[in-house]
Amino acid sequence: MPNNRRRSFLHLSGIAALAGCSQQPAAKTEEEKLPSALGKPISSYGERSHYETAKRAVPDLKRPQIGSTRTPLADTEGIITPSSLHFERHHAGVPDLDPARHTLLLHGLVERPLVFSIADLKRLPSASHIYFVECAGNSGGEWKAPGGPNVAAAFGLASCSEWTGVPLKILLEEAGLKREGKWLVAEGADACKMSRSLPIEKALDDCLVAYAQNGEAIRPEQGYPLRLVVPGYEGNVNVKWLRQIKIVDQPNQTKDETSKYTDLLADGTARQFTFLMDAKSVITHPSGGQKLTGPGFQEIRGLAWSGRGVIERVDVSADGGKTWQKAALQEPRLPKAFTRFRLPWQWDGKETELVARAVDSSGYTQPTRAELTEARGMNSAYHYNGVKVWKIAADGSVRNG
Amino acid sequence: MVRLLVFLSLAAICSAQKYHVGRPATSDEIKSTDQFMAPSGAGLPPGKGTAAEGRDIYSRRCARCHGAQGQGDEEGPLAGGKGTLKTAKPLKTVGSFWPYATTIYDYVHRAMPFDNPGLLDANQTYSVVALILHMNGIIGEKDEMNALSLPKVKMPNRDGFIKDNRPDTGKKKR
Ligand code: HEC
Repeated sequence: MPNNRRRSFLHLSGIAALAGCSQQPAAKTEEEKLPSALGKPISSYGERSHYETAKRAVPDLKRPQIGSTRTPLADTEGIITPSSLHFERHHAGVPDLDPARHTLLLHGLVERPLVFSIADLKRLPSASHIYFVECAGNSGGEWKAPGGPNVAAAFGLASCSEWTGVPLKILLEEAGLKREGKWLVAEGADACKMSRSLPIEKALDDCLVAYAQNGEAIRPEQGYPLRLVVPGYEGNVNVKWLRQIKIVDQPNQTKDETSKYTDLLADGTARQFTFLMDAKSVITHPSGGQKLTGPGFQEIRGLAWSGRGVIERVDVSADGGKTWQKAALQEPRLPKAFTRFRLPWQWDGKETELVARAVDSSGYTQPTRAELTEARGMNSAYHYNGVKVWKIAADGSVRNG
Repeated sequence: MVRLLVFLSLAAICSAQKYHVGRPATSDEIKSTDQFMAPSGAGLPPGKGTAAEGRDIYSRRCARCHGAQGQGDEEGPLAGGKGTLKTAKPLKTVGSFWPYATTIYDYVHRAMPFDNPGLLDANQTYSVVALILHMNGIIGEKDEMNALSLPKVKMPNRDGFIKDNRPDTGKKKR
């Protein structure tokens, strides 16, 4: 292949030479004249080029075991988030778990309480699916004011991976789910034993007990060696470092489904068990913090996703919402996964505003911030999915709109 | 006949094991792993404590982060916020927001003190749970919290939660 490419390159330079009215063989390029220095040798585990700098910004925290880092979505392409850049949200640090000793206990309202080793789980029928994971608190800052300066800060608590594992349904069938079993409680092996309740219908639908992410073992920050993947549901229920699942008849009312991850409304009541992530999109290029070098062609790019299914349409406006155009959607469009959208655009060098709006397969259209605050008030903290406006100044700089 | 019916109804529930992968869990390992405490009181261990008894352990193990009166310090408050949920500055605490008292035991037992979870025994945990409830004016200083009394505590915001009734936005634009 490289040889072929070189040949066609030479061929082209031959034509160029002919065009210059010379019968001489083409002159050698600088690169070809130099003796090639040998590169690095083969290696056991790849690293990215040292020229690449995309990273999760690490905030300066008094207790860095409880906190989050965000995916720099504007530096990612396509729909897969590199595992190394998947967002983090930990409540008690990342435990160091030996996969030879880690087990999953499945008990409660089942006929046969079972213990699975990682090796056991890998023997069972496996499935791989591409799903986004989004923290319910993603874009939470936008409730008070749409102030997120760039994509990472305002939208970076969302990432998308290929997850591989055992469908939870298979484990429940092995254990013999009892009819009274209506909910489950899942618990992690982190220091705080983070735990969440989930309805059994979801467990029997599409949950995965995952051991791999993007083709290799799940990263420690993402739950190594075992994570519950709950497609389309808020990130917190995708329990990392999974160590037990108990089948129960009622939700357990854990701290993270009462004190946290409940959505306060204007009248002082709070919605509970708001699992589903509503449709959302964000333009990743041009986006806050970037600078356009001058008028001319730009490809508007972004990501859209919905916990309800696939992304049907993304409308993009390059004039602050006056006119809209349909963006091209990258195929295949997968349910509960990122969908990449693209739209060619000629920037005329004038000040303007870019906005995207996603529509999913249920017909749900991503709301504006005004529609959201009208429906819920200002105190919800979680589940913000309003459209994001990026302002382009005449000098090409892009800011939060 | 009765036996046959029982057999049939059991058979309807029991799906047979298909892969025979994984091993049976022993009741000992279930007991030591299962630390869930439900609003019904299921899972709460034997033991007891009062707010008065909880002061000592609270001031040594909790006050640094949550404040001597639970008002918050290095970390968030455990008390206060009454009447704020409808305001522009809602303060969600155990007292103003949490629907179930059993959650306090479940959470403190599994996760607190933050840098040393699991440090407190059952009596100490019941005592600090009682103290947090007392700081919020929900129980008296000498009211004993145990596996029977804790689930009966009626939290002020018990009826403050509703089911997910979305979609509340997202109607078709065109
Ligand atoms: C080193 C600091 C620290 C100490 C000491 C500590 N906590 Fe905490 N506590 C935290 C942090 C941090 C959180 C938030 C954890 C989270 O949200 O995941 C928290 C959360 C809580 C909550 C939940 C509050 C809410 O409204 O969601 C309770 C209850 C609590 N702690 C009780 C205690 C008790 C009781 C003790 C003493 C036995 C204690 N804590 C000691 C740091 C501390």
